Amino acid sequence: MSIFWNIWIIGLTLLCSGLVVWVLLANRKVAVRDDDEPENRTTGHVYDGIEEYDNPLPRWWFLLFVGTLVYSALYLVWYPGLGSFPGLGGWTSAKQLEREQEKARQMEEAIFAEYSRMPIEELAQDNAAMKMGVRLFANNCAVCHGADGGGNYGFPNLADKDWLYGGSPEKIHETLLLGRTGTMPPWGALLGEQKVQEVTEYVVSLGGSKHDAALASGGKTTYQQNCAACHGADGSGNQILGAPNLTDAVWLYDGSRAGIAHSVRSGRANVMPAQKEMLREEKIHLLTAYVYSLSLEQ
Amino acid sequence: MSREPPSAGDDGKIRYVNLYEAEAKIYTRKISGFYQRIRRYTGLPLILGFLLLPWFNINGDPAVLFDLAARKFHILGITFWPQDFMLLAWALIISAFSLFTVTVLLGRVWCGFTCPQTVWTLMFISVEHFCEGDRNKRIKLDKQPWNLEKILRKGSKHFLWVLIAFITGATFIGYFTPIRELLLGFVPHRAASGFVYFDIHPVAAFWTLFFTGMTYLNAGWMREQVCKYMCPYARFQAVMYDKDTLAVHYDPKRGERRGPRKPGDDYKKAGLGDCIDCSWCVQVCPVNIDIRDGLQYECINCGLCVDACNTVMDKMSYPRGLIRFTSEDELQTGKTRFFRPRLFGYTFAVLAMVSAFAYVVAARSPLGVDVIRDRGARLYRVMGDEIQNVYTVKINNMDSRNHVYDLELEGDFPFTLKNYHPREVEAGEVFTLPVRVAVPRAQLSGEKNSLKFIVRARNDKSMEAAETSVFMGPGR
Repeated sequence: MSIFWNIWIIGLTLLCSGLVVWVLLANRKVAVRDDDEPENRTTGHVYDGIEEYDNPLPRWWFLLFVGTLVYSALYLVWYPGLGSFPGLGGWTSAKQLEREQEKARQMEEAIFAEYSRMPIEELAQDNAAMKMGVRLFANNCAVCHGADGGGNYGFPNLADKDWLYGGSPEKIHETLLLGRTGTMPPWGALLGEQKVQEVTEYVVSLGGSKHDAALASGGKTTYQQNCAACHGADGSGNQILGAPNLTDAVWLYDGSRAGIAHSVRSGRANVMPAQKEMLREEKIHLLTAYVYSLSLEQ
Repeated sequence: MSREPPSAGDDGKIRYVNLYEAEAKIYTRKISGFYQRIRRYTGLPLILGFLLLPWFNINGDPAVLFDLAARKFHILGITFWPQDFMLLAWALIISAFSLFTVTVLLGRVWCGFTCPQTVWTLMFISVEHFCEGDRNKRIKLDKQPWNLEKILRKGSKHFLWVLIAFITGATFIGYFTPIRELLLGFVPHRAASGFVYFDIHPVAAFWTLFFTGMTYLNAGWMREQVCKYMCPYARFQAVMYDKDTLAVHYDPKRGERRGPRKPGDDYKKAGLGDCIDCSWCVQVCPVNIDIRDGLQYECINCGLCVDACNTVMDKMSYPRGLIRFTSEDELQTGKTRFFRPRLFGYTFAVLAMVSAFAYVVAARSPLGVDVIRDRGARLYRVMGDEIQNVYTVKINNMDSRNHVYDLELEGDFPFTLKNYHPREVEAGEVFTLPVRVAVPRAQLSGEKNSLKFIVRARNDKSMEAAETSVFMGPGR
């Protein structure tokens, strides 16, 4: 706060307070004519012939005013109010927030400490823990994977039995903690459009769908030379590398011919961010159990 | 228009008046009679009810507990949640209208007979009377210098006042926190180190002591000043009065000219009315007015002056009712018109609101449902031949039992539910339930389709609630 605004605020506050004190004290007594009978004394206001008696207010009323003034003086000394003067109490909204966060953290800690001791398999069966998991998932994972964990275009479905990197508690934990980077290189420039179409037709045939056998057999050689290293000779994928299984009906992206051809031609890059830096170990433990429970209940 | 203030030239004729003055202390004379009995016999069950209600339990829940920390109100076996706040507003509106109805008919009987301010004030005055004696003795006691007797009398009065105030305050807070734990908290413990401590939540202790202090101040010291300067109802109910409203009135036709006389005198011949000007009606008045001056805003219709005057009339062998509950109309024309359009209007409004309120409470479903469509990167998901939408269903179990809920969909297309994991929802819990809804692409025509979620308790099919949301699709 600049010096001008400091003076401005302090001046206004003190001026107003002083004004209020003056108004209160200057109006404690009023002059009346000695011959006025006290019971006939009116305020002098006349409206439609109705007059108002000028009876004194009770003294405690005056004392209440004094009380508020004393309170405001103490307030300005203890709390920030006079410009940049922080007040003797040292209160700030940030400190209050920290205190409340600390209180919430302690409450949380007790619960998480208990959950951390439970193995994933057991935790996944715990009703209360899984309800907490729902909310934790909603806050941290749902934006990409959907509130139900059912995935989205380009974001894997976590609620089925199909896993890119493995669905054991250990693997899920590893994925959450360290993240994953899945890369499908672009083959378009290397293979040329004809071979891209052939490989696409071969991949379609792997899934057992209706296909052009001649085109597919042309793609088989290309597949074995270039794709089998990651996706396996039979197309069943490789969870160590995160290479998807091409023989099932689960597609992370578009599973149509055009979609597959696009993946082969231009490649795909997928990142699951590492949660290590963002979430505490106890939370990752609970989330692991929750994600694990999603596939259990299918 | 304003009167000119006195100028400096009026020297000698000006005096200064304090605009704030300590109010004169009111010493009321003790009186018994018909209206005092009415107050006692209507007040006793109300006070007993107030004192005992927090101690009862219904099915393990307190009969009445306004649990602010858990945000739920238990009232006679029904649990109310913040979502029911509208009901509280309506209950208050109904109470206000009932008060208006009663006021039109009987004047300020609420003030005189049922308002806690009056009831507690009169209770405190009884204690005062018990410790310090009646009006004259109290005036004398206040004037005399401090001695042992004065200390004992005053001390015992304040001790009893504080005791009553504490019982009142603790009972009141007993409506907000379980009363047994609260009272146990005021039992001192002695730690091993010798320190005395109390096992009580500071917030509960603060509010109990706060209401103890307020009861002591209001009923012991503030008394009629609360009615005169603080209570808004006291001031605005004048507009509800009409000339047929019953109120405490002095009958000037019968009473005037007032004056003292000897028993047996032919006072009528002397031109006197029935009022012997004994001023008992003023001495018993808890707001210190003279009812013979006519209807005044301070009058709370407590009927003390009626009982006092009737006692005097009996002594004088005059007929009762010189001061009585009557109406302006009756004093002038001899008849009160009880059936008035205004009264019918109020009564009808109250009855209509009470019926509607009773219906809403009875038909209230202890199940709340909210459906929030997932706001992901995309409006909807195309998965093979299906269009999918994701929803977060919030199920609010406002029942006192735990439930598992079934979810059913209703819409114009063959919607199917996926990833629904039912769980037991505890009483009072808001359960977050993410689900996915799918529909074959070929069968969905609209971009924006209505989809109704019906939630039903598995063990009580009558417990049902529904919420309509939107299912987004690519359209045709």
